[in-house]
Amino acid sequence: MKDFALGIKKSIPVGIAYLAVSFAFGVMAVSGITPLMATIISLTNLTSSGQFAGVRLIFEAASYIEIAITVFLINLRYSLMSISLSQKLDETIPSWKKMIFGFGITDELYAIAISEEKRRLSSAYMFGLMILPIVGWTLGTLLGSISSTLFSDRIVEALNLALYAMFIAIIVPDAKRSIGVFIVIIVSIALSCVFEYVPYVSNINPGLKIIIPTITATLVGAIFFPKKFEEEETCDV
Amino acid sequence: MYNIIVVIIMALVSYIPRVLPLIFIKTQIKNKFIKSFLYYIPYAVLACLTFPAIFYFSSNLYLSIIGACVAFTLSLFNQKMYLVVLISVVVVFGLSYLFF
Repeated sequence: MKDFALGIKKSIPVGIAYLAVSFAFGVMAVSGITPLMATIISLTNLTSSGQFAGVRLIFEAASYIEIAITVFLINLRYSLMSISLSQKLDETIPSWKKMIFGFGITDELYAIAISEEKRRLSSAYMFGLMILPIVGWTLGTLLGSISSTLFSDRIVEALNLALYAMFIAIIVPDAKRSIGVFIVIIVSIALSCVFEYVPYVSNINPGLKIIIPTITATLVGAIFFPKKFEEEETCDV
Repeated sequence: MYNIIVVIIMALVSYIPRVLPLIFIKTQIKNKFIKSFLYYIPYAVLACLTFPAIFYFSSNLYLSIIGACVAFTLSLFNQKMYLVVLISVVVVFGLSYLFF
């Protein structure tokens, strides 16, 4: 019970941040899908970039396979976090519990859990950690999506910037610190622009417009700038 | 029908990468290439999602470019994420109200 309360306490700032960001997501999403669908997506996906990309592909009526591959690829980084987190969990936790709280692994919650001083994390701690962020993320989407009609077009437009601004706030500081991250970002942007503006090339599937730049840029980074992992890395996205 | 299937697909591809390694992988990944690859994915994805799309977030190209520059400048000076988001949105709303 103590661990559960500790988890909740640690997650409060994340829960509030999720509420705000998912509000902007909700406002954005209803330009193409229903509030109910946007809310269900937030509840079941619990990730900003993955579902943002997914919803953009839905707007373009992309194929199932494109959406599946794109969103899977974006979420693949969670595997890295899961693996790293699994070393820090109490060994007696049964699989069925892992199957429940594994759902709540996000960039921010992973960063909190992995930096926890305690040697082994209990399942109570993990459950406590994820409850508020899940509620915040889902509720924010619901509020944003149902209230978007109350706002003027100007406000809706300004809110459309919110997610992009968040993405920029994530990548720019790390690009300043790491040449590898910087190069990966430049390559990705360059290819993304090619697929947007160059005639003929820009006609490819919307999913590939995300997949090809991502894989290429990531390969460039992994081949030419292999990361040194001294200790537990937290890539805070 | 399309929507229902898409929602299920998105839920699955969000759940599987998180839970499968948690249950089945017992050892740390040692391979530097794989670790680097997974480490760089978010940056590549976010950069690709943001550019050039950010220049079209509003119906006015100039307003969009200004908004992008505000967010970029604030991030460059290591402002907290919520401040970057909040200030960018407010500035864009203000400018749109005054000039566009």
